[in-house]
Order: sequence, then structure tokens, then C-alpha cells
Amino acid sequence: MKNKVLLDKKAVERTINRIAHEIIEKNKGVEELRLIGIRTRGVHLAQRIKQTIEGIEHISLPLGVLDITMYRDDVFKLKSPELKKTDIPFDVNNITAILVDDVMQTGRTTRAAIDAIMDLGRPKRIQLAVLVDRGDRELPIHPDYAGIIHSANPEEDVMVRLSEVDGKDEVIVVAS
Amino acid sequence: MSILIKKGRVIDPKSGLDGVIDIFVNGNRIEKIDTHIRKTGSDIHVIDASGQIVAPGLIDTHAHLREPGYEWKETIRTGTMAAVKGGFTSVVCMANTNPVNDNKSVTDYIIQKARTDASCRVFPCGAITKGLKGEELSEIGELYEAGIVAISDDGKSVKNSALLVKALEYSQLFGIPVISHCEDEDLSKGYVHEGKASVLSGLDAIPAIAEELIVSRDIALANYANAPIHLTHVSSGGSADIIQHAKKSFKKITCDTCPHYFSLTDEATLGFDTNTKVNPPLRGKEDVEAMKEGLRNNTIDIIATDHAPHEGTSKDVEFDIASFGISGIETAFALSLALVGEGVITLHELLRKFTVNPARLLRLPYGQIAPGAIADIIIFNPDVEWKVDRNSFLSKGKNTPFHGWKLKGKNLLTIVDGRIVYRDKSFKG
Amino acid sequence: MNWTKKDLLGITELSKEEILFVLDTADSFKEVSQRDIKKVPTLRGKTVITLFYEPSTRTRTSFEIAAKRLSADTINISASTSSYVKGETLRDTAKNLEAMNPDVTIIRHSMPGAPHMLARIVDSSIINGGDGAHEHPTQALLDLFTMREKKGTLDGLKIVIVGDIIHSRVARSNIFALRHFDSEIVCCGPPTMIPPHIEELGVTVEYNLKKAIRNADVIMMLRIQKERGGVTYIPSIKEYSTFFGLSRDLVTNAKKNVIIMHPGPMNRGVEIMDDVADGPYSVILEQVENGVAVRMAVLYLLLGREA
Repeated sequence: MKNKVLLDKKAVERTINRIAHEIIEKNKGVEELRLIGIRTRGVHLAQRIKQTIEGIEHISLPLGVLDITMYRDDVFKLKSPELKKTDIPFDVNNITAILVDDVMQTGRTTRAAIDAIMDLGRPKRIQLAVLVDRGDRELPIHPDYAGIIHSANPEEDVMVRLSEVDGKDEVIVVAS
Repeated sequence: MSILIKKGRVIDPKSGLDGVIDIFVNGNRIEKIDTHIRKTGSDIHVIDASGQIVAPGLIDTHAHLREPGYEWKETIRTGTMAAVKGGFTSVVCMANTNPVNDNKSVTDYIIQKARTDASCRVFPCGAITKGLKGEELSEIGELYEAGIVAISDDGKSVKNSALLVKALEYSQLFGIPVISHCEDEDLSKGYVHEGKASVLSGLDAIPAIAEELIVSRDIALANYANAPIHLTHVSSGGSADIIQHAKKSFKKITCDTCPHYFSLTDEATLGFDTNTKVNPPLRGKEDVEAMKEGLRNNTIDIIATDHAPHEGTSKDVEFDIASFGISGIETAFALSLALVGEGVITLHELLRKFTVNPARLLRLPYGQIAPGAIADIIIFNPDVEWKVDRNSFLSKGKNTPFHGWKLKGKNLLTIVDGRIVYRDKSFKG
Repeated sequence: MNWTKKDLLGITELSKEEILFVLDTADSFKEVSQRDIKKVPTLRGKTVITLFYEPSTRTRTSFEIAAKRLSADTINISASTSSYVKGETLRDTAKNLEAMNPDVTIIRHSMPGAPHMLARIVDSSIINGGDGAHEHPTQALLDLFTMREKKGTLDGLKIVIVGDIIHSRVARSNIFALRHFDSEIVCCGPPTMIPPHIEELGVTVEYNLKKAIRNADVIMMLRIQKERGGVTYIPSIKEYSTFFGLSRDLVTNAKKNVIIMHPGPMNRGVEIMDDVADGPYSVILEQVENGVAVRMAVLYLLLGREA
């Protein structure tokens, strides 16, 4: 049972780099941008995107951390109800919020994240960046920035591993 | 009608008889006791008691039959059916009925009702004071002539010491014992024993001193009046100590305890199961050990049931407002047999506490197996294991904390006045 | 960590891990209460009933706010307005409520064991909002939350509980909870109000208030009632206040960063003086705020438990 590697360490780095550039380009600058990472790996990705953008634009970019458990539509079917804290150290009103997540599939996580942000204020716009879009939507929601697009089979799991959490950087497909 | 009980191990604590021997019952008396009795005839009922123990029927000196007045909790019919199942052939019923048994007509009623409804002998206990109010003596003489065997205000203590002295003195005219429920009601404003369990549960607690104080007082008053006194449902180690010490100089003290006081501790109340709510309350481990020791060293003379049946609705409520009491007559003997198994007491001594000693206290001609004696006999097996199921209780009261317990020792057959009044389904003899 | 319990009947039934789990979960919910939109959709469509046989504005309101902030629907039933007055038993009231399909019922009752009885009868979740002198688990949880927030830890503290300990469910639940940690618990009050055998729970008893609070990290004051059930425990409120009332200069005997707690409602001038209740060491109002967060956490965990 072999895992298929979609992105190796170098490829992950390049992809994050590209996403960072695309964000800057699409928004014509970064003054109103605020990055919000969705727990857990979305936070680390957002951190890396933040560093990359800061390296290019030489401007400090605030980072927020969002736990969407309370907003999930399947909250009571979760294996563990553990909550982690949401920490958004900036005003959410009138900003361009860039949600960052590792894998997008059904779109439900994104819906929950949007609801969570709307309860915190009224952003001017919300954009979504994901490292992997594996298709199979159940809601009409799409990312603005996708690292790679990979249509996985239902029996497959697409997993993002990051060194901050998993000890290595890679994106793999695992038979579930 | 005659009964021939064959090959049982017959134990008679009074005479010390212990052996495999036959008993022939003719009419309502034991006619003959001998090895290999041979009797023929179609009207002779033969019981094969091999492997079982044959003993005198047990005497319960303290039970509540609730009739008249509380028939939904129990009646003389259902209470005595439960009694004979439990191995009891005589039951003393307390006076806290409605109306209170403080006059001849209530005593007459009970005796008449027992004649038609009871499965075993019923001996009414009269009230010490009118209405159990603790103010005036009942007409004890009249009650005696009507048939009471003792007087007690059980349910309460006689608060007025002078009045209790009068009762102790007066009852001697009739030779009947005063049975005392020892409780200082000002100290006992609670629902469980004061101990670590009550700290954990937050339930208002009753300190042991509430009982011990009145045990002390009643003994002192009996001593002063030079009258016998019987202290009922003793539950605390402190009480046992006081009684043991007092008995050294004043011999007219007797006392009883109940099976729940040597089978359960106050920890049983931690789940707020109202079936553990009883007065006196279940006490601590040291008190349970003291009850066992008291039975062993004869400080405690009698085991009584304090059978207190209650209807479901009076127990199926919050702990504070639930009725006090355990429906204990069907489990008492088996719980007591456990003491033999534990080595606390011998089987002979245990049976003595249920037969000879109660008979002596109440001056009843029962409690023994001997030629010419009235045939009140039980056949039991001390090894049979069974599970307590409140739903199969013959008593109307299903309020037992022992539901689900596995007990060892079961009463199989009960004979009252020469007639079989109870036979366990499992007994094939 | 997974939550498996259907009910919260007392601290007695909780493990140390479960207690900490509630506190950690409450952290996230506290943040919700501090935002502009103090609502999350987590318990949307769930029904929460408060069944109070004893009066209480504080606890009931706290549960109501907690439930509403989780988007649940709440119904309040108080004994005086209900069929209780007409003699309906607790069992019947429970069965009737159950027929309306609540998800969780919070019960406050004057008799110990009432919530336990309810939990045996009904299928929905039961939260003990205070049962006689027995337990008040959410109070202890919010007290621990407050202590942990202020002190950073629940170990190594000297915690002094002052007042009518024998009749206090707040004292009991707190003692049961703190026993899991490595702190010193001191009970202080008139001897008539300290239950014999309490030392078997691992607490120390000290009748002298000044001595008791020496070097205390936490002082928890309990509300005092002169009489209970017709029995006098103390000669007068005035006398209680003289020997057990907490004043500003007494507080100087405690550690410099001591926190003063009170489950409320306070008898100002009796067990606690104004300058202490409103002083810089008081965390009494924070307890109230934390109460909502803790109760949100409890509702969330009970309703989301592993089936």
C-alpha cells in the first residue's frame, strides 16, 4: 500500500511561494490584507504565506487563527469535541480576509469559516487560499487560490504534512 | 393432620439438641422426636428433610404490619405471608397504626384480623402513651387483658423521663416488657448517619449520640425503677458499649439489632437510594463491626427485623422527604446466616437470638423443638444461594436496599401450629 | 479527550481530566462572550430547560445566557409557578417535561440527590444547578476556571473557604474538585458550621479567620444564614460578622496578590465588607463572567458527547 506523493518538500515550498505572489498580484498590494489560518494546518500555511509576502513587500502582515468547530454543521458527529482558541488580533471590519486552509473538499469547512468571520465583523471581501483542492464539492464554494488541483477517488485521502506539525513537508495521497 | 419430618438435622438451641433425627407432629404439637420414626397412614404428610436443617420457627420481636390504618403499605395478611416466607412463625406488631394501638378495641381488631388473615402468630405490642403522644400512659392493664405482649412507643422515644419511669414501674404489674426506641429527637434532625458519608452527600445528618444518649438514659431509668427494659434496633457501637457495661451491674437489660445494621454501612447512602433511608440510620464500618461483636459476646440478645414496608410513592421521592424504613422480613434470616459463614457466631447461637431469647423476653411458650412443644417449625438450607428480587416479595413493601444481592441460606418450609403455611418452590422434600 | 457523560450531576463523578477538559473548553467560549456578536450556532435547534425549585436569579440567568449564546432555545420553569405547588411529584414533573423532548434540563432543588433521581428517570441530559447542601458543579468549575486564570495554576495554592461550610454545596463541590490538585484547602468558620469528619477529605480546619487566611492565595467567602431548619448555628449575624467577616485590613494577612471570591449573592457588611467586595483583590464579577463561559462549555460537551 504505497502513498502517492503529489508534492515533495521542494514542490510545497514553490507552491506556497506562488500562492503568495498570486495574492499580492490579485489584490494589487497588501495594505488591506489580513491572513486568517483555519486550524490546524491552515495556520502554519498562513504563517508561511505571511513570511513570504512580508519578504516581498517589506510590510508587516497581521495573522489571525480561526477555530471553526463551533460553526461546523457536523459538530456533534465529531470524534473529539475539543475546541481550540480563535485568536484574531485585528479588526475584521472592512478588510480583505484571506482564509487559508490545507485541503479543500466539500466546501463545508469554508462555509463554517465564513460564518465565523461574519460573526466577528463585516469584511470588505473574503478570499480563500488552499494548498490542495481535491474536488468533490457539496456546496457551491471555490478557492481563489489553489496550490494544486487533484481529483481524488472517494477511497483516497489527500493529506498535507507540514514540518511544524508532522515533521516533514509533503502532500500525499493515501488509500483510506 | 400429622406431619412426619424425616432425616433433617434438627437443631434446638434451648436444649442443645443437634443431630439427624425425625420429628412427628400430631395436631398442633410435636408428639415424638426420635431416630427412624415409622408412621403409616394416609393422613400423614411425610417431609424428606435430608440435607436440610430443622429448627424452631423464628420469632420477630419488632415488625410493622400497618393494619389498621395503613393497609396500602401492608396488611396482616400480606405481612404474615412475608413473615412465614422469611422463616418467622411469630411476629410482634408495633403500635404505630392508625388508630394507635393504645386501647382494647384496636388490640381486639388486630387479634381478630390475625385469626382470619394471618399465616403465623401475631402478637400486638401496645403503645406506652396514648396516641404515642408521650403525655399520658395508655390503659396498659386493659391492653394486657386484650392480649398485648409488650408496650412500646416505637417510632419515637418517650421524651418525658418521669413518664417513662411510671411506665417501667406500672408494666411490672403485668409482667410485660417495655420496648424502648432510643432517639433524642432534637439531636436527630437528619436523614443519614453523621460521618464521612454525610459530609460527602450534604444530607442533614444524625449523630450516633442521638441514640446513645437515650440508651444511657433509659438504662439509668430502668435501673432506678428496678424494672426490665428492652432496647430495640440498637445500631451504634457506642450504644453497644454502654449496654455491655451496664449489663455487668444491672441484669434486666436486653436489646436487639436488625440485619441492616450488620450488613450495610452509611456508604450505601451515597447514591441517594431511598431504600437505604432508615431510622436509626445505617452507620459506619466501626458500628457494623460493633454490632457483630455485640452479637458474638451476647451484649445483643435478639435479632429483630423492624420490618417497615412502604408503598412505592412514599419512597420514590427526594431523599429528604422519603419515608424511613426497610421491608426486611423476607431477607432477615439469610442476612443473619451470613454471620455464621463469617465466623462471627455459631449457628446455634444465631438461632438462639431468633428463638429462645425472644420467647424469654415476651414470655411466650414457643421457640423450641421438644416433645410436647407447640409445632412451630422451619426447615431451611444454609447453603442454597439465591438472589434478592424485590418484585417477588410477598410483602407489599418492596423497599429493600438488598435488591440484587446474592444471599446464601434460604428458608424452605414453615410450619405454624402444626400446619404447613409456606413451602418454597424449590423444596422437593 | 472525549466526553462520554450524559449528565453533570456533581464534581464527584468527574475525573481530573474531565475537569480540565471543561476548563479548556470554557476558554474558547469566553472569547465568544467578549465579541460584538455574542453568538455561535453550535446548539442551534436544541432545547434547554431550567427547572428551579429554589429561587435563583444568578445561576438561572447565567445558564440562560449560556444556552442562548450557543443559539439554543431556553425555557424557564420555577417551582412557585408550576404544578409543584399543586402537589405534583418530581417524578411526574420530570416525565411531563420529558414528553416535550428537551435536550438538557438544568435542575436546582433544595434536596440532595434530586438531580440524580431525575437522571435515572429521563433520557435527556441533566445538569445539577445545585441540590441542597450536596453539590453545585458548575459553580466549582467556574471557581476553578477563575483561580486558574488568575493564578496560572491550580497546584501549590493555599485556598481558604470561609463560612457556613456544613450547609454549603459550593464548598463541597470546590473541595471535591480541588482534591485532584496539589493545593492546601483550609476551611474556616464557626465550629457549629464545620461538619465533623471533614478533615477526612484532606482539608484543614481553622476557626480563627486571621490565622486561616495567613498567606492565602485564594479566599472564598460563603454566604451566611443565621438559621436553618429552626436550629441556631450562631447567636447572631452581628457576632458572625465580628469574627468571620472579611475586612480590608484582615486581607493584608494574605499574600499580596490574593484573590477574593464569592459565589453570590453577597451579604455586604456581614461576611464581606464593601471595601473588599469592591476592592482590587475581588474577582467576584469575573466569576460571573466566567460562569457563562463555563456553562457554555458544559452544555456544549454534554450535548456533543460520544453516543
